[in-house]
Amino acid sequence: MSIIILIAAASILIAGGFLIAFIWGVKDGQFDDDYSPPNRILFDDTIKSKIKK
Amino acid sequence: MEQSNQTAQQTTTCFHCGENCNDKKIAHEDKFFCCTGCKMVYEILNQSELCTYYDLNQNPGIAQKIKVREDKFEFLDNVEITQKLISFTDGKQTQVSFYLPQMHCSSCLWLLENIQKINKGIISSRVNFTQKEAFIVFDNKSTSLRKVVETLTAIGYEPHISLQDVSKEKLKGGSRERLYKIGVSGFCFANIMMMSFPEYFSIGGYLEKEIGSALHYFIIVLSLPVLFYCASEFFVTAWKGVKNNFLNIDLPIALAIAITFFRSLYELISGTGSGYLDSMSGIVFFMLVGRLVQDRTYRSISFDRDFKSFFPIAVNVLRDGAFIPVAVEKITINDVIQIHANELIPVDAILSKGTAEIDYSFVSGESIPVATGIGEIVYAGGKQLGANIELIVVKEVSQSYLTNLWNKDVFKNEKQSVSVIHKLSKYFTAIVLLIGVTAALYWLSQGQTLLMWNALTTILIVACPCALLLSSTFTNGNILRILSKNKFYLRHPDVIEDLSKINHIVFDKTGTLTQSKKVKVSFEGVFLSNEQQYIIAALLEQSSHPLSKIIFQYLDLTPNEEIVSFRNVTGQGIEAWISDKHVKIGSAKFVKNSSITSSDSAGSSVFVKIDNDVLGVFRIKNNYRFGFAEVIKSLKSKFNLSVLSGDNDAEANYLQEVMGVDSELLFNQHPEEKLEYIQYLQNTKRRNVLMVGDGLNDAGALKQSNVGIALAESTNNFTPASDGILDAGQFPRLNQFIAFAKSGQHIIMASFVLSILYNIIGLYFAVQGTLSPLIAAILMPTSSLSIILITYGMSEYAGRKQGLQ
Repeated sequence: MSIIILIAAASILIAGGFLIAFIWGVKDGQFDDDYSPPNRILFDDTIKSKIKK
Repeated sequence: MEQSNQTAQQTTTCFHCGENCNDKKIAHEDKFFCCTGCKMVYEILNQSELCTYYDLNQNPGIAQKIKVREDKFEFLDNVEITQKLISFTDGKQTQVSFYLPQMHCSSCLWLLENIQKINKGIISSRVNFTQKEAFIVFDNKSTSLRKVVETLTAIGYEPHISLQDVSKEKLKGGSRERLYKIGVSGFCFANIMMMSFPEYFSIGGYLEKEIGSALHYFIIVLSLPVLFYCASEFFVTAWKGVKNNFLNIDLPIALAIAITFFRSLYELISGTGSGYLDSMSGIVFFMLVGRLVQDRTYRSISFDRDFKSFFPIAVNVLRDGAFIPVAVEKITINDVIQIHANELIPVDAILSKGTAEIDYSFVSGESIPVATGIGEIVYAGGKQLGANIELIVVKEVSQSYLTNLWNKDVFKNEKQSVSVIHKLSKYFTAIVLLIGVTAALYWLSQGQTLLMWNALTTILIVACPCALLLSSTFTNGNILRILSKNKFYLRHPDVIEDLSKINHIVFDKTGTLTQSKKVKVSFEGVFLSNEQQYIIAALLEQSSHPLSKIIFQYLDLTPNEEIVSFRNVTGQGIEAWISDKHVKIGSAKFVKNSSITSSDSAGSSVFVKIDNDVLGVFRIKNNYRFGFAEVIKSLKSKFNLSVLSGDNDAEANYLQEVMGVDSELLFNQHPEEKLEYIQYLQNTKRRNVLMVGDGLNDAGALKQSNVGIALAESTNNFTPASDGILDAGQFPRLNQFIAFAKSGQHIIMASFVLSILYNIIGLYFAVQGTLSPLIAAILMPTSSLSIILITYGMSEYAGRKQGLQ
């Protein structure tokens, strides 16, 4: 067996890992809402007590 | 800093909702509000230290001018109803999801996810912005569903709760399934391509035999999920078409995919070639992406609302001497129900208490509310404008007028239109099959059996109309995207094609050409002194007639004159002695004792007489939509136009003038008559009809017409079932939208011609039996990608040309 076949198999395995990650993401609902998460991350954790002027 | 500058400027905008509040502003601390509602929301947020809401976006709030009745959500204490709304409960904690159409910015998102600061009983809140839903978990001990809903309402996010939500099933699976398929086919496509490279570049047998055959097995294994999983929908729809004797575009595609697969399988196993599996999986990948682009769904907009979604979920019914909330479908004949101001009447009933002033504009198209006396019947779908009333039910929900309207046959038949790409694909496939058979016969007559099979199968592979499918899906997908950015939402990509074939446009009047809530009042006659105005206002205040109220609002005075011997002549007018003057207000006959002359009948006219002088006449006219005349002018030259109105013909002259002499205007039309008129246009005159309407009274006509567009003041509003929803503000651009849909069809045709060119190149090799996998592997992605780019670019350009972004 040539090393090329091993490399080919390894590359498919790695690509397969990314495919599983993608399917996992879809299943988790990552693609259901494309607005909330990018905005949510910008919010401050602590809520300011008074409105700033 | 900026905020305080702005308030100092001449135009004052509400700190909460950003609406102009010059005339009646309420100052609080250093901020201004347009109404007490907005101020109250601000105070709640300020108290709960949630003012970040105002930092994230400027004036993020929703105007609170219409107050929600305090006990509106009393029905949520009824366990039977709440059980239908709750998604899960274990007795301690309850999960519930609400549809909040008001959600529009990151401030909304932030506030709704921090709502536990206001109501301590809420454990967590998570927002799905795309679906405009909030998933709330709350503690049963410290709060209740009703209180959660009231908390949301208090900060301006009143959840939309309707019967349809209760019986609605969630459809989430579809779009996810497609994403899985795209992921899998993309993965297989890329890897098969990579595995094929050694073969393509090993000219002269450089590739070692074992390596080559090992790679072949990799390729075969990778192609299996593409054929059996990713491409399954093409086979399923093709089979459905065959069963219904309908040749759709999926049939030749499924055929080509199957032939490609089996021929490649034979080549790879027998070692006679390297097959076309990379091309096959590439085609499947691109077609699936195309369908994803095209089938974008507006999850937050509903096109299929039936009468149920317009009804309240529960009404107050008199049971054992007290009004308790009861689910609408549980109402029975002879129940006494209570309807509050601005509520929809869900059943046909007889008025038993109070004065009803019913706005039927949504059901019948009448623009002026109808005053109904005790003992008279009110119909389901009307909206009570005045104070609370009590009604005795005469028909159950399932029997009422409105429901019957919905049970007409048009609503049961789905529209069947054969799209142009299906027709084209039919000819395309037939021609290619003919070429295939000819080539095969030629090679057979030459005695070259191997070459014959070679030519026949490769021709069938090339015959796949996938480029045609790609050009239509990507063009339609981009058109839908551009239209939705311009607030015109179509239910299905096929509507674009139907829209491009329109040659007759029918408009509804009330609410479509006119703005439903606004009327224009003008006074013709002598100049009214201040004193006279106060006297007129004083008399009008006594009357509950809708026209009196409109004029009273127009005068905008608070009179305190004493009124002596007031008399109300039903259907005629009112009179009284005020400040020692005899005042008469009403119809021409009542005021002037004369028969109506022609000039007096334009619009609704109300005459005024003080002592013996007829001072003049108030004319109440519908307020036509902004840009109305311009739209009609631009459409007049290209389409036949008609107006159907449920209203009276008071404005016939004006409308005829604007619409042109050729246009047909029909007034006093019942919903059934509107439907029949559309059928007449379609069957007798062979027209392709576009109907533009807004209310339930247009529902039948919208459904019957080739394209039915519902006009909505806000897309969250209720609209009848339709093919598309157009934001009312975009109405002036109707002509551009139709022109854009037309150019979309041209783009599909142009890219189709291009795809035929590619096919001719492919066929050139195929008929000779020399279509090598390498040529296929180059031809396929170039043709697909170039078609995607060209359709995208051209539809983008066509949009810009029409002034759409």
